[in-house]
Amino acid sequence: MSGAWVALALSLKVAGWATALNLVFGVAVGYALARWRFPGKDLVDAALTLPMVMPPTVLGYYLLVVIGSHGVVGSWLLQHFGIRLIFTWQAAVIAATIVAFPLVFKAARAAFENVEPQLEDAARTLGIGEWAVFFRVTLPLAWRGILAGLLLSFARALGEFGATLMVAGSIAGKTQTLSIAVYEAVQAGQDDTANFLVAVTSITCIVVLLSAGRLAPGRVAARG
Amino acid sequence: MSIWHVAIRKQLRQGSSRFELDVQFRSDARRVVLHGPSGAGKTQTLRMIAGITRPDSGTIRIGGHTLLDTATGVALSPQERRVGCVFQDYALFPHLTVRQNIAFAARGGLRNPARDERNPQVDRWVEQFHLQPIAGHYPHQISGGQRQRTALARALVREPTALLLDEPFAALDKGLRQQLRLELLDLQASLALPLLLITHDDDDVRCLAEEVIAIDGGRVAAASLDSSAT
Repeated sequence: MSGAWVALALSLKVAGWATALNLVFGVAVGYALARWRFPGKDLVDAALTLPMVMPPTVLGYYLLVVIGSHGVVGSWLLQHFGIRLIFTWQAAVIAATIVAFPLVFKAARAAFENVEPQLEDAARTLGIGEWAVFFRVTLPLAWRGILAGLLLSFARALGEFGATLMVAGSIAGKTQTLSIAVYEAVQAGQDDTANFLVAVTSITCIVVLLSAGRLAPGRVAARG
Repeated sequence: MSIWHVAIRKQLRQGSSRFELDVQFRSDARRVVLHGPSGAGKTQTLRMIAGITRPDSGTIRIGGHTLLDTATGVALSPQERRVGCVFQDYALFPHLTVRQNIAFAARGGLRNPARDERNPQVDRWVEQFHLQPIAGHYPHQISGGQRQRTALARALVREPTALLLDEPFAALDKGLRQQLRLELLDLQASLALPLLLITHDDDDVRCLAEEVIAIDGGRVAAASLDSSAT
C-alpha cells in the first residue's frame, strides 16, 4: 500500500503549491478587482471565473494547447530552456492552480470590498505608505475571507482530476495523484487498493475541514 | 500670510447628478468651523485638504506651507501633508487595540505595533486622555467618548501641523458633547495647533469657532463671522 502514501504525498504537494500560488495571484487579482476602476471589469471577472464552471477536460485541453510541447508557451520553454512541462507534477500544479483560482480571487474580492475605504484613508493621513496600508490595514481586515477561500481552494486542488489527467497523465509515483490513483485502481479491479485510497482521501479531507474550522473563527483577523 | 488659505474646485459626480464644489476662504483664526447642512460639501472639502481626494484645480496652504497648488504642479500626498484627521465615526482600526491604534503612526514599516510596545509619545497621549484602563481594549469594546479621544490621540502622535475634525461630536450623547468640546478647546489652546472643524451643529459653532465659514451647495455662503459677534 506504499503506493497510496506516495499518491497522497504527491496530492498534498500539488495542492500545497497550487494554494501558495493562488495566495499570491488570487489575492492580487481580488484586490485589483475590488479597488481599481477600469473598463471591462465585469468581463475580466467573468473570464477569470470560467475555470469554475467549465468542464475540467475542456480546461485540460486549453492547457495542452498552451503548455503542450507544440503549444505557444510549451514550445518556447522547450526551445529555450529544454523544459518539457507536460506529464510532470509541475503541470499538475498548473492545472490545480487554475481550477482552484476562482475560489480564491472571488473570496478575496468580496473580502476587500468589505474593508471600509475610510480606514485606508485614515492610515494614509497618519503618514503610512501604500504598501504598509495594504499590509497593516487592508489585508488584516480581509484576511478571514481570504483564508476561507484558500482552504476551499486547497480542497478543490486536492480533488482535481480531469484537467490534471490530461496535462500530467497518470504516472505512478510521478504524476499519479490520489484521485487519479483511485480511478486507476477501480479500472484495474483492485478493490482493496481502491478502498484504501478512498479511506485515505476521506480522512485527509476531514482533517483539512477540521483544521479549517479551527482556524477560521479564531482571532485570525485580529492579528497584526 | 493667513493660516488657512483654501481655494478648490471639483466636479463631483454621483450617479447621474452633478455637483460642483467651489470653496474659497482665507482665515487667520486658529479655530475655524465650516458650518452647513449635510450634503453641502463640507466633508469633501475636508478630504481635499487632507489630500485624500484631489480637486480639479486650486490651492491649499496651511500656515504658509503649500499642500496643493495645481498652477505650479504641487500636490502633496496625504502622507506628506502632516495634517491630523479625526473622521466622522472616528475610523479606528477595528483589528487593533486602543494602544495600537494610537501607536499606529509612531511605527514605520510593514508591520503594526505590538500590543505591548512601549513608546513615550504614545504613553503621553494615553495618559493625557485617561485611556490607561482601556488601552488593551478593541474599539468595539469602548464608549463613544473613549473612541473620540483615541482618534484624537492617534492623530496627535504624528505631531501634525494642523488638525481637521469631521463632525467629531455627532456620534456622542448630548451630555457628553459639551464636556468634550471644552476638552478640545483646552487641547487646542495648549498645543497652539490650527484646527478646522466641520459641523452642522450650532452648539459646536458657539463653543469652538473663532471664525465661522458657512458652506451651502458646495460654496462659501456668506462672509465669515467673528466669534465675538455671536
